[in-house]
Amino acid sequence: MSVDVRKLDTNEYFYGHKACAGCGGSLAVRAALKVLGERAVAVLPAGCMSAVGFNFPQLCFANNAIISMFAGTASMLTGVEAGLRRRGITDFHAVGFAGDGGTADIGIQALSGAIDRGDDILYICYDNEAYMNTGIQKSGLTPFGAKTTTTPAGANIHGNLRPKKNLFEIVAAHDIPYAATATVGYLPDFLNKVEKASHIKGTRFIHVIAPCPTGWGIPVSDTVEAAREIADCGLWYLAEYENGEFTLNRDPKQFTSVEAYLKRQARFKHLTDDDIRVIIDSRDKKWAKIRQNWKTKE
Amino acid sequence: MKQYLSGDEAFAAGIRLARPEVISAYPITPQTIVVERLSDMVEDGSLDAEFIHVESEHSALSCAIGASAAGVRTFTATSSQGLLYMAEGLVYASGGRFPIVMMNANRSTALPWNIYGDQRDSLALLDTGWIQAYAQDAQEALDLALMSYYIAEKEDVSTPFMVNLDGFILTHTYEEVDVPEQADADAFLPRYETENCFDLEHPKNMAFSAGPDTNYIFKYKEHAALLRAVPAIYEAEARFAKIFGRRYTGLIETYRTEDADQILITLGTIAGLSREIADELRAQGKKVGVVRIRYMRPFPTQEIADAVKGAKAVAVLEKDISFGAAGTVFTNVTSALQAAGIGIPAYNFIGGLGGRNISHKDIEQIFALTERGTERVTFIGLEGER
Amino acid sequence: MRPYLREKTSFGFADVPEATCYEAGYLVTKNAGWRSIRPVIDAQRCVGCYQCYLYCPDGVIRIEDGKAVVDLDFCKGCGICQKTCRIGAIEMEAERK
Repeated sequence: MSVDVRKLDTNEYFYGHKACAGCGGSLAVRAALKVLGERAVAVLPAGCMSAVGFNFPQLCFANNAIISMFAGTASMLTGVEAGLRRRGITDFHAVGFAGDGGTADIGIQALSGAIDRGDDILYICYDNEAYMNTGIQKSGLTPFGAKTTTTPAGANIHGNLRPKKNLFEIVAAHDIPYAATATVGYLPDFLNKVEKASHIKGTRFIHVIAPCPTGWGIPVSDTVEAAREIADCGLWYLAEYENGEFTLNRDPKQFTSVEAYLKRQARFKHLTDDDIRVIIDSRDKKWAKIRQNWKTKE
Repeated sequence: MKQYLSGDEAFAAGIRLARPEVISAYPITPQTIVVERLSDMVEDGSLDAEFIHVESEHSALSCAIGASAAGVRTFTATSSQGLLYMAEGLVYASGGRFPIVMMNANRSTALPWNIYGDQRDSLALLDTGWIQAYAQDAQEALDLALMSYYIAEKEDVSTPFMVNLDGFILTHTYEEVDVPEQADADAFLPRYETENCFDLEHPKNMAFSAGPDTNYIFKYKEHAALLRAVPAIYEAEARFAKIFGRRYTGLIETYRTEDADQILITLGTIAGLSREIADELRAQGKKVGVVRIRYMRPFPTQEIADAVKGAKAVAVLEKDISFGAAGTVFTNVTSALQAAGIGIPAYNFIGGLGGRNISHKDIEQIFALTERGTERVTFIGLEGER
Repeated sequence: MRPYLREKTSFGFADVPEATCYEAGYLVTKNAGWRSIRPVIDAQRCVGCYQCYLYCPDGVIRIEDGKAVVDLDFCKGCGICQKTCRIGAIEMEAERK
């Protein structure tokens, strides 16, 4: 079943929040809740979305929502789901929204535990590729070369030395019922994945790229463009994992320029041609593997 | 029904009677038997609860908070490093006013590693906003399992509750225990009803941030609620006595203190040996008594002052030390004495760290030193070794 | 249904709840003051395609009678709507002081 944007729930569940203008994370949360609807019970760890959404008495979720401990998105979701089920409530969605650091770093243990137990929860990681709430520090999902406040770009070290952790496949390796990647640049694809996930029993995971204009160093109007370009240039891919198989949703015949994608962002401005070559090589290696091993579905 | 149970098993029996709906726990010695027994009860159908095999103590409490926010009665249990690992969740649960009950098997904290009992784990976390009770035997442990929910869930208290059992000495020692009937337990403990939870018809935003002005008010209200646990404890015990016939004595339990010159204040299982020695010393004409602290939070400030006001000196014996200062119990007791204007000498005796035995002789010596006067803080039993 | 501005905006001792649990969607402040530019929709050209509505991070655009309408109380002026509009029906104009 595919989501018709024109028939999307006209309610707004995340509204009046204090996220920066052009915030990709808030777009991901808002969009997903429009699919899940008023019976979504949302868990958000300490981080950007909780900081901007829940400052008493300004409470910006129209649905039931709670802040969890930073490492506790998945474990709190487990408790919420079990508790509501015990109360005899059935038609609800226990959904978590955690950032890249909250998911791939401090929260990965709880996420792994929840998937291992098969808890009936939907976990959405909005990935802005650094700890943005605390002022742009490197996370496990910060890509190679990115300048952050803890990976400065100097003469000796050109920003982050390590590649982005392969979170999607780490999650899939648990043999989770459903996992997907998405980007807020292509919202219909993301919304369809949320919709699909909402009908699947057990643990579900969606990893959605959500640019942060402040951290990426792009104009606030360019969030959606940057979120499209990352997929168009091949530094991100749209895929699903289901029934033990990976499916590539979109296989671009030709990638757009990686250099153009990087150079529009202040966090990559310092990169040399050699650095960019490393990034392109690693992209090509990744896509060769994907194309060899995953099913393709346009 | 009389049963021969260890402290852990008795506590599990009490938890079954309380009918929690979500149990999340992670194994750690010497708490494991509690969660093993609860798993057995879920398996055999005698306990209708969700048993969630979390992957850490942090998640155990995080999950319990989530379930409590969903509006159901929850239970978890831990010990030592596990309790310290969930420390972040302790302040979260109390700040959110989630009446979770947790059993803690009091155990030494690393380093050096050690699995035996002392009270450094829970006392290090005394300031996290939980009600803290210390049991002295398996019967009291079971009874506290039931009473803890009654107290924690009272609407004007709504505060999490930690029941502490001395590791091994209580958790693993078998005693005859009277296990109440379920019907009586149900008569004692009402169903958990709360508005501090999600509501699908009238949605809530929970566990939010609050700026300096209102944050301060939330914190004041948390403090006031913990103080309101005092009348709730007395009410719970009166109700308990009416239904089960067993009487408890509130925040402290006094033994031969009325005319005592020297009073030993302690907590947990060591109170039993302390009372035996008090009897022996009484037989020799020494006027000594014992105060057992049952609740460290809310702290029995007035009760302790009332119990010791006629004494010439007090001793505080605890399996704890706040390095660089004194024992945490001692600090609290001397604060209570000061508040009541009681100027008698007070001495702190540290013992039992890492499970080291506190002997008959050690306690005799504590009374002797208290009569004679000694240093402010003494590690008992080390005199010949240092 | 959406969070909306309430009359009661200041919370003293008696109003602060016991627990950190309160009515969902309770707003006490607008976001309009954040803006230096504002979206202006050319109703003649707007075809109500839902793109600006879909991609607005703040959810402040709705489609009424086939045309985009902006809730300027909560619009932060990011300009994503202008960038996502495929037919150029949205202009960003400077806020006048």
